[in-house]
Amino acid sequence: MATSSKAPPAPLATRAWEQGLPVVVMVLMFLLVWYGGAWGMNASGAIERVLEPSGNPWTWQDLLATTLNMERPVLPAPHQIALDFWSSLVDWPIDSPRNLLFHVAVTGETTLVGFAMGTVLGLVLSVLIVHSRTLDRALLPWIVASQTVPVLAIAPIVLVILGSLGLEGLAPKAVIAMYLSFFPVTVAMVQGLRSPQVIETEMMHTYAATRWQALWLLRLPAALPFLFPALRVGIAASLVGAMVAELPTGATAGLGARLLTGSYYGNTLAIWSALVMSSLLGLVLTTLVALTEHLAMRNRRQP
Amino acid sequence: MTPDPVIATTSARSPSTAPANGRIASRPAVEVHNASVVYQTADTPVKALSNVDLRIGEGEFVSLIGPSGCGKTTLLRVIADLEHISDGTVLVNGVSPHEARLARAYGYVFQAPALFPWRTVLGNVMLPLQIQGGGAAQSRAIAMEHLARVGLTGFEGKYPWQLSGGMQQRVSIARALAFEPKILMMDEPFGALDEITRDRLNEQLQQLWQRERRTVVFVTHSIAEAVYLSTRIVVMSPRPGRIVKVIESPLPDERHLGLRDTQAFMDVAHQVREALADGHIE
Repeated sequence: MATSSKAPPAPLATRAWEQGLPVVVMVLMFLLVWYGGAWGMNASGAIERVLEPSGNPWTWQDLLATTLNMERPVLPAPHQIALDFWSSLVDWPIDSPRNLLFHVAVTGETTLVGFAMGTVLGLVLSVLIVHSRTLDRALLPWIVASQTVPVLAIAPIVLVILGSLGLEGLAPKAVIAMYLSFFPVTVAMVQGLRSPQVIETEMMHTYAATRWQALWLLRLPAALPFLFPALRVGIAASLVGAMVAELPTGATAGLGARLLTGSYYGNTLAIWSALVMSSLLGLVLTTLVALTEHLAMRNRRQP
Repeated sequence: MTPDPVIATTSARSPSTAPANGRIASRPAVEVHNASVVYQTADTPVKALSNVDLRIGEGEFVSLIGPSGCGKTTLLRVIADLEHISDGTVLVNGVSPHEARLARAYGYVFQAPALFPWRTVLGNVMLPLQIQGGGAAQSRAIAMEHLARVGLTGFEGKYPWQLSGGMQQRVSIARALAFEPKILMMDEPFGALDEITRDRLNEQLQQLWQRERRTVVFVTHSIAEAVYLSTRIVVMSPRPGRIVKVIESPLPDERHLGLRDTQAFMDVAHQVREALADGHIE
């Protein structure tokens, strides 16, 4: 009787086919467009730099093969990126600047430190804003305004100021990453800390709970559903901040620095590999936040 | 020299305590004198409560009944220090509502259970004890005992959404009783429940009161509920919110649901209905 209301689950193979097919089709189309683009964009360079100088007559098959295997293509083909990516991981020791994992460690450290600082700053700011009408009006416009300034403009200022205090290396980069990640946390937590209903607040009042007890026992737990989506945005923003911060700091290590070096030497393959690695890093970091969210919220049913 | 003041104070206190031992309802739990609540609106001030006088003795079960806007909830909220009077005096256990609240003199049950979804049933009942600063093990034991008293043993590990509406409201009653307040205030606690659940909870609340004889102030708009539960029924009327009649219940303290079919019960219900009608005509 209970099962009659719901259709029995389809066999696994059928479900995999139904759900997997659109994904496979999209990936195939994406690869097709990419290879087409690589062929079209690299054709003139291939003729000019590879096929003509060799002096031999060439066919369209030669052109196709050459465009997809150039040393510095305008648009590298996916298999080239995959090969370069793989070779950087296995052909070099982990402490070599040629190994992408070395850069991941550097950028990842900055991202996590900046993210932790940004989260703490966002939490402190939101608690202050929620508890003081004056601070609400005094702080919020500045916090919003801070995000309209491009991070590339802030970065040199942070460098100069922290440099004069003798702080170099990780600290200025983490501060820049924090600058991007505190904002979503602040905005979401202000909303979250204000989310308890009147009846819940009055109930705490009848228990003669102090402000701190109300914050700790009611407001903070009530704000958690608002916090986690903000953390996911925050950690991605922190990664962008960490990479951008590597550019003006003249860093030689880190995914951002790798991008800069790649573009400096016209090494498009290195750029693309670093891009792929940074998106993988972003994916891993946001997944970690999502897992934490799942653990923290496992007992709550979302209304 | 020193013994004299002691004797003087004891002798001065004894006349007031002596009758308290004789009759339960003689010491006041709540005293309201000439209290008014005025809300300032854009055009005219609105009198939510006008010159209300009420004395609730210890161990009484008093219901405030009346139509919407009669100020019954406002009166309860004034006693609970959730709202302030514009004029008059209110004393709870002999002190101001504010001091009484800080002394945790009362437990308050709201219209909705207002359970925290991130806490288990046990965690919700432990909340006031935690705020009071009790030890974890002790709070746990007390909370378990209160859950047993509302018949929810075995549900302590569940989360609120796993419980029915009636069970949720029972949890909120256990929570309100957690630090053994002398007064229990209830604002239409069963208003959102179906009639069958409501009857059962009324019966349980009645038994709870018989066992513990705690002072209860109960807001309702159900005549049957008020008559079944109360030792005294305060009938109120709107515009301005005021008390029109106070009815002493002649029903015995020990009650069961079958009582509602007796003539005595219907007589009291009739009196309440008349008083409500009188208040409405004025």
